[in-house]
Amino acid sequence: MIADIISAALIAIGAILVLLSAIGLLKLPDIYMRMSATTKSATLGVGSILLGTAIVFWDIGIMSRGLIIISFLFLTAPVAAHMIGRAAYINKVPLWENSIVDELNKNVEDNEHVKQ
Amino acid sequence: MITDMVITYFAMPVLAISFALIFIRIARGPGLEDRVVGLDVLTSVGIAFFAVYSVFTKNSTFLDVGIILGLVSFLGTVAFSYYLERRGR
Repeated sequence: MIADIISAALIAIGAILVLLSAIGLLKLPDIYMRMSATTKSATLGVGSILLGTAIVFWDIGIMSRGLIIISFLFLTAPVAAHMIGRAAYINKVPLWENSIVDELNKNVEDNEHVKQ
Repeated sequence: MITDMVITYFAMPVLAISFALIFIRIARGPGLEDRVVGLDVLTSVGIAFFAVYSVFTKNSTFLDVGIILGLVSFLGTVAFSYYLERRGR
């Protein structure tokens, strides 16, 4: 009974976080802000839903499978977001017009990985 | 059971609305990078939907789909961003 309530709460919280990340992906004005919304909130929401799923089944094989998906997602989501952001910055995707500072602006031309 | 009610009446409709919003961004996105971000998030929400669906049908085989989907999503995103970096020159 208590495990039922805990898993229901985890799944509901995860669904709300995924919806928030989808709204942020649609409404934010800039690709970098959109990536900030999706890569944090969607990863946490999917992790919460998978944890709720693992608690529902309560079997050692299925729980380990869910935890494997969670750890893999938490390892790969920052790497993928970093690579998309770097590709966007190298291709000169514009920032939002109300942005105050662009800290990479001096350094990106001197970077040897960009130059080659 | 309260989990089945939450999944049927709350989690599945909310995830479906999220799918619709992400598809709007993929269709509208001004550059190719926005569409790659949209595809990345779309596969993440797909993993969540398969997990919820495995609880809905009491069948744990659908969790394996999540493992494979996460792997393919990461490889696809890295390949797309590598291609985008090399495209300009």
